[in-house]
Amino acid sequence: MKKDKKMTLTLPAEELMSPGHLACQGCGATLAMRYMLKALGQRTVLCIPACCWAVIDGPYPYSCLDAPIYHCAFETAASTATGVKAGLEMTGDTETTVVAWAGDGGTFDIGIQALSGAAERNDDIIYVCYDNEAYMNTGIQRSSATPYGAWTTTTPVKHFKDRPKKDIVAIMAAHRIPYIATASVSHPEDFVKKMKKAKAIKGTRFFHVFAPCPTGWKSRPDDSVKLARLAVQNAYFPLFEIEDGEKVTINLKLKEKKPVADYIRLQGRFRHLSEAHIAAIQDEVDARWARLLKSC
Amino acid sequence: MKKVIMGNHALSYGAMLSRAQVIPAYPITPQTQVVELLSEMCASKTLDAKFIKVESEHSAMASCISASAAGARTFTATSAQGLALMHEMLHWASGGRHPVVLGNINRAMAPGWSIWTDQNDSLSERDTGWMQFYCSSNQEVLDSVIQAYKVGEALMIPAMVILDAFALSHTYEVVEIPEQDKVDAFLPPFKPEIRLTPDDPHAFGGLTGPEHYFELRYKLQKDMEKAPALIEGTGLEFERLFGRRLGLVDEYKCGDADLLFVSSGTAGYTANVAVDLLRDEGIKAGNLRMRVVRPFPFETVRRILGKAKKAAVVDRNISYGHHGIFYQEVKSALYGVKKAPPVFGYITGLGGRDITPDTFKEIAAHALAKDGPDEEIVWIGVKR
Amino acid sequence: MKEKKAKRIVYRSEREMPLMVISVGSQTHNLTGAWRNIRPEIDLEKCLKCGICWKFCPEPAIEIVDERPVVDYDYCKGCGICAEECPAKCIVMAEERK
Repeated sequence: MKKDKKMTLTLPAEELMSPGHLACQGCGATLAMRYMLKALGQRTVLCIPACCWAVIDGPYPYSCLDAPIYHCAFETAASTATGVKAGLEMTGDTETTVVAWAGDGGTFDIGIQALSGAAERNDDIIYVCYDNEAYMNTGIQRSSATPYGAWTTTTPVKHFKDRPKKDIVAIMAAHRIPYIATASVSHPEDFVKKMKKAKAIKGTRFFHVFAPCPTGWKSRPDDSVKLARLAVQNAYFPLFEIEDGEKVTINLKLKEKKPVADYIRLQGRFRHLSEAHIAAIQDEVDARWARLLKSC
Repeated sequence: MKKVIMGNHALSYGAMLSRAQVIPAYPITPQTQVVELLSEMCASKTLDAKFIKVESEHSAMASCISASAAGARTFTATSAQGLALMHEMLHWASGGRHPVVLGNINRAMAPGWSIWTDQNDSLSERDTGWMQFYCSSNQEVLDSVIQAYKVGEALMIPAMVILDAFALSHTYEVVEIPEQDKVDAFLPPFKPEIRLTPDDPHAFGGLTGPEHYFELRYKLQKDMEKAPALIEGTGLEFERLFGRRLGLVDEYKCGDADLLFVSSGTAGYTANVAVDLLRDEGIKAGNLRMRVVRPFPFETVRRILGKAKKAAVVDRNISYGHHGIFYQEVKSALYGVKKAPPVFGYITGLGGRDITPDTFKEIAAHALAKDGPDEEIVWIGVKR
Repeated sequence: MKEKKAKRIVYRSEREMPLMVISVGSQTHNLTGAWRNIRPEIDLEKCLKCGICWKFCPEPAIEIVDERPVVDYDYCKGCGICAEECPAKCIVMAEERK
């Protein structure tokens, strides 16, 4: 061991999440929670609807987090957060950060109405969607965040999903909220930095966090961080932020994009795809990336 | 101070005097004036509250619940379709033990679109664990909001204050607006023992297995069972301060009645008028107006109806495939009561069709002509 | 902030339970190490002290003690992210000895 070298941690040391939780091995959503709490600190209230995290946290009467949580109805992450913020302010607490923490189903599908409402009102909340690209908690059913080509239990191989993923970031940008960021569990320093930036901003802030799910993606648990990193490096899930719905900044500029095939081939959910299918995915990723570069 | 106000504004004044702190609301006919006035009160700082213009009733109740969890007193109002959209969250409010107060304007459910009154909207939410107060005057609406907070917060159970569309919501009556300091004395600030705060972090409402869920629901029922006495108690306290009684039921000439109407809402007031007209004709009628339906006032109903010779339950609602809902409830309360009177069930006034003193006279003529009911539903006023 | 109980909580009666559905204990009574069938073993001689294993642990079950990573086998579920991400390749996933 290098005796002389000092260890410098690149993330805040404080842990507000303790082990013993119920996440599957290699869960990306759990890493996302750990990083977010490191960025926001203990004076944070979480509103968690039905999603994997409703279970991961632990059953009544336990919780693995040292921050207060309101477990809310599936479609109410945003409206619950709105109520918490108003309730805290009316009882004299104007400092606490209120976070809606929902999965892709709770955000892209059933919760989009309440989210749109809160964003249009510019309610003072941070909304985080940890995206594992399907209803994983109920057993891997497709959501509107499921990408083209993926197998799920409701998009079987013979009828794999033939529509692209909904562009939730564009939808949120259309609301002209002060801050939107994408983040990935493979880039926690970037995630923490942007979350700290968001904490200092007033109004609705939206995070789209890429969170691999070995159980649902039929990938190896040890590949979770690697998959997330590949998705950033091949522009499948680029890291960027949008301020006031307009100013786009790419956080990680890619000199050379990796091919999406490397990413696709590591996941059982895409095993049935032909070279032609993968080429179509590559074309779609290239087109999205070109659009993003143009918008900067 | 006396004011001539509409029923909807009586709800607004009730919420204002109760110092509601968070008011998430969504408009629906015939509720709109409730939230219009509240939004004005918030804008002009007459009321120190956050008015949140949510995008649906479902979100309105979700925001009420979480604001209540954070320790704020919350209010919202809705009607019919809006209440139905809230249904999931109504269970959430009671199961989470959040004493939200909701004003509901009784309106018939679509289709066809109806904006007129009947009780099927609120009675469809009978089993959600909310207290339900049915009102017959604007004064009672205002007073009931204040009482609902008092009782609800003591038990950590939410409450609905219910009034008929148009017959009350848009009808102007003289209402005594109580003085703020007297209301403050009656209703202290909401200070829940446990609240959502980083100072004492808890996870609320987590996954609850079969080993614990049952006990939590047992506790809710046990607390609901305490509500009748508490409603009577707070009603007496209210009377001492404000001179108006707020009990579980409203009795009108019940003591010597040969025929007792069981009524609710504005029809409960019309029934009193009919009682007087019938008595002018020499018929000893009386009226038991049900003010509180959840918790159901078993003892009071048994005591009063146990002495009656005949009872005619008037329902402005129906449980399809069963009978009128109040009729079922009254019969179940009287089960096993010795010398219980014959109970007749009448359905009338659905979708806002008028209930007049003549309606009650027709009911009286029907009930008095028979020894006991020969059918479970007697329809009054339906075109057949 | 109050310290939460780390023990398993068994309510014997509804009277012991709070009115609301709230947590009063942490999940640390739940020793998830039992889920593991492969275990990370760190060769500290080769460790670069980069902290990457600590950073990417989803439990978290890697603590930094005296500038070294230490695996908490009570909780490590054996996902293998630490071994996969370690730039010095000083973590091996070994067959669990049961």
